[in-house]
Amino acid sequence: MGVTGTPTSINQGSKTKGGIGESTLRPDGTLKVTGEFAYSSDMWHEDMLWGHTLRSTTAHAEIRSIDTSEALAMPGVYAVLTYDDLPTEVKNYGLEIQDTPVLAHGKVRHHGEPVAIVAADHPETARRAAAKIKIDYVELPVITDEASATAPDALLVHENRDDHHIGHVPHPNIVHRQPIIRGNADDAARRADVIVRGEYVFGMQDQAFLGPESGLAVPGEDGGVDLYVATQWLHSDLRQIAPVLGLPGEKVRMTLSGVGGAFGGREDLSMQIHACLLALRTGKPVKMVYNRFESFFGHVHRHPAKLWYEHGATRDGKLTHLKCRIVLDGGAYASASPAVVGNASSLSVGPYVVEDVDIEALALYTNNPPCGAMRGFGAVQACFAYEAQMDKLAAKLDMDPVEFRRINAMEQGTLLPTGQPCDSPAPVAELLRRVKAMPLPPEQQWLAAGEQADVRALPGGLSNTTHGEGVVRGVGYAVGIKNVGFSEGFDDYSTARVRMEVINGEPVATVHTAMAEVGQGGVTVHAQIARTELGVAQVTIRPADTQVGSAGSTSASRQTYVTGGAVKNTCENVREKVLETGRAKFGSYHPAWTTAELLLEDGKVVTDGGEVLADLADVLEGEAVDLELEWRHRPTEAFDPRTGQGNGHVQYSFAAHRAVVEVDTELGLVKVIELACAQDVGKALNPLSVAGQIQGGTTQGLGVAVMEEIIVDPKTAKVRNPSFTDYLIPTILDTPTIPVDVLELADDHAPYGLRGVGEAPTLSSTPAVLAAIRDATGLELNRTPVRPEHLTGT
Amino acid sequence: MDFLRPASWEEALAAKAEYPTAVPIAGGTDVMVEINFDHRRPEYLLDLNRIPELREWEVGEETVQLGASVPYTQIMDHLRAELPGLALAAHTVGSPQIRNRGSVGGNLGAASPAGDSHPALLSAGAEVEAESVRGTRLIPVEEFYTGVKRNALEPDELIRSVHIKKADGPQQFSKVGTRNAMVIAVCAFGIALHPATRTVKTGIGSAAPTPLRARAAEDFLNAALEEGGFWESGKIITPSVAKQFAELASGACNPIDDVRGTAKYRRHAVGIMARRTLGWTWEQYRGTGRTLEGAA
Repeated sequence: MGVTGTPTSINQGSKTKGGIGESTLRPDGTLKVTGEFAYSSDMWHEDMLWGHTLRSTTAHAEIRSIDTSEALAMPGVYAVLTYDDLPTEVKNYGLEIQDTPVLAHGKVRHHGEPVAIVAADHPETARRAAAKIKIDYVELPVITDEASATAPDALLVHENRDDHHIGHVPHPNIVHRQPIIRGNADDAARRADVIVRGEYVFGMQDQAFLGPESGLAVPGEDGGVDLYVATQWLHSDLRQIAPVLGLPGEKVRMTLSGVGGAFGGREDLSMQIHACLLALRTGKPVKMVYNRFESFFGHVHRHPAKLWYEHGATRDGKLTHLKCRIVLDGGAYASASPAVVGNASSLSVGPYVVEDVDIEALALYTNNPPCGAMRGFGAVQACFAYEAQMDKLAAKLDMDPVEFRRINAMEQGTLLPTGQPCDSPAPVAELLRRVKAMPLPPEQQWLAAGEQADVRALPGGLSNTTHGEGVVRGVGYAVGIKNVGFSEGFDDYSTARVRMEVINGEPVATVHTAMAEVGQGGVTVHAQIARTELGVAQVTIRPADTQVGSAGSTSASRQTYVTGGAVKNTCENVREKVLETGRAKFGSYHPAWTTAELLLEDGKVVTDGGEVLADLADVLEGEAVDLELEWRHRPTEAFDPRTGQGNGHVQYSFAAHRAVVEVDTELGLVKVIELACAQDVGKALNPLSVAGQIQGGTTQGLGVAVMEEIIVDPKTAKVRNPSFTDYLIPTILDTPTIPVDVLELADDHAPYGLRGVGEAPTLSSTPAVLAAIRDATGLELNRTPVRPEHLTGT
Repeated sequence: MDFLRPASWEEALAAKAEYPTAVPIAGGTDVMVEINFDHRRPEYLLDLNRIPELREWEVGEETVQLGASVPYTQIMDHLRAELPGLALAAHTVGSPQIRNRGSVGGNLGAASPAGDSHPALLSAGAEVEAESVRGTRLIPVEEFYTGVKRNALEPDELIRSVHIKKADGPQQFSKVGTRNAMVIAVCAFGIALHPATRTVKTGIGSAAPTPLRARAAEDFLNAALEEGGFWESGKIITPSVAKQFAELASGACNPIDDVRGTAKYRRHAVGIMARRTLGWTWEQYRGTGRTLEGAA
């Protein structure tokens, strides 16, 4: 892994072993690989009950009546709750718009919507009881796309909307719409020598995290509840849960339990309120675990999208203008749709200089499954379209696709279509140059082993469909831009509590945050930051819970930046306190206490010249320094609702991919041979984790290029493939070699100069694979994922 | 649900006679999925795991008598020479964990058109040994599949073993899935050359309500090979013959559109697989076959 560039703003040395920049090993790694890690679904409590959710079997219907009597009469059943049993006037929840009923009321709006919940002494009893609940549905016509959502006689998915977007949307079945107008696209189009148009379709991807939704709610003696749950943002859950239960926030005590992946799918609530309701009603602990089938209905998915793009360019390869329209299907409930719209529109131009733009992005309300946050968050769909456009333009101008991108690549100082200047490094051209410069993998690797064709290296793999016949290689490139952190004026802060004390003669730091460790490695990085800032070897990371302030969401590539920044900030303040104590005790013995720059290193107070002034053990003795502080990144602004202008984002992350694929052109099967990635990460706090994020994001992008799609019946809006038999995710045999080249060009505004890492590789991976398949087949391929039918015209 | 655990084959037959609705379970790769998804609530499960002879096989003069519960892993490891087509098919079943438990008997019992072993059994030639307290009968595998997930077993019968013809020539198996491993078949094709009888047999999976042989394709090819003296000369099969064979194989399909693929694609893909696997087996028959089989 190549590393270049030096961060410019580190003010505490990192000589202490296990500090930032080292690939310290994650504490959960071995446990997860050996199967010993306790996930939220592994929890158990004496005398606990099992909760089960009854979900709608239809996508859009009025509920005439619900009869729970037979279910309640079953031995072993402790409670059956419906909308009528909700304890307070707050009966809805939602991330931004509270439009999601805790349990359906009078109507269901999508397939798999929760209608009733059951608690019983055995999961099977709960399931059987749920099956005895009788619901009288009256089917309603389904709204499944833009045409049916905005038709003159369209039913409204949500009547009586009063959210803050309703004032500026053209139709109540549109959640939010964000135009961006800058310059004059029509005038600029006249300067174009070539114009390229395309209509693109992005399928519905699932997060497919391996640990399904699960948690345990334990009623407390004070009338409150303790909730142990796998989630992405404890305090956001708490804000939505407590009012429904009618409890003050402090009586809903949440603790993060083992999370088996998230990718955005745990931003919305799933079983949290249901388990608490059942626990409070029965007075017993209640555990809920979704199975894989239910999990497909238990969380939102990536917005499927239709995208219309028009670009122009001059003969010498300069982009003249962009006109685009992005229609995202938000499904039945808003979830994160408004923010996804903001991202899709503001990043629709990609990492390119285009001064004249006419952009519109919107999200629909339909009766399809609700869609919301997923890794890449609106930027993924746009990247798929604009990168296809770049290749089309390059082809039309007879230019090399990488050279065409280089000519138009944005850089530090470029104004985005929102009018916001990019105020940190944007090495777009350099990233492309790097992936292009990597050696190509050898041809016909299936013959490498000798006489027999190694089918594992061929399209079709173990299914033995080709021994080389019909196989054509293709190469494709793509690059993307993703915002880091929450945008559009959101108060995106994090809280960290750090305690420093001496235990058994050793200085020890304890870090306590509410950060959800969902597998990204945040707990590893927090310990590294504490070691670097406080010069201690021993760092204890306390379990994440709501006894400490909010850490914000484990989303938007933000946790190392924002909660990492909060840990750093609190550590710096703790360090100052420690030094004050040291000065008070020992200042009179050595002038350096007041004249030199002081650091904490290896359990000692040292000068920046390396002179040891005192042992931390002697400075602290029996005292502890304990601080809890909030930390925020620079504020952002809302986008103007008409023009989209505004400094909406705080930071950007860039990645480029080169995909090498081999396509069996007769059978339409694809083997991705290699997906080389170059990404600027500002500063790699843990290089191994950075590489892991890049490889994981790349693979998730590959998934939606060639196999991953939730298929919704357009006539009934019902999900047709809610299982891992028919919703396919890449196996290790589908995962190519992923060489990673990491740049470290510091963002001087960010802690240690770091840049959020997790999402950017998910953007460019998909269009790079598509470009490579187009290169191999000569087909236009305007939709993803690509299926064999698309490659064979069948 | 009652769980019946016979300790011997005789006890198992008696139990099945007493409880004809009992669902036999060995590896459970199909049955457990159906139960977990609540697609099926059998009154009785008949556990066959205590019966050792179901996990045994015997290589005879002409056939391999394969116990109903012999897991796919064993077929891959020990019967590759005798049953090359089935070994290739076994390799495409699920994951290593599933191959350690799943068996041909289970595939036959479930009789799903997508079962991976069916095309290999059809092309090799096989008979299903069905037994009940009333006695034993051998059912030609072609007659075993009677409909989607239906088979020719009587309610009191259990599958004891499958008698599969030992390979007397090259065999191939090929399956399309939209992932490079651990995938259910979109469609599949098996082929076996039988130089002893100068015939070629085929099997198609997941492209009709039941697994089936492409009879018209076989008849055409057998006649063409005979007329052209191909078996004696070992010359390269004329491209037009291979093409016609592929088209007839394609025409034998009666597929549906579903989430895994379109009917049109299935027909197309079966044709491609028929042409390619014919090429591979014929090259091997001619003795020039560089690719005896796909290696992994």
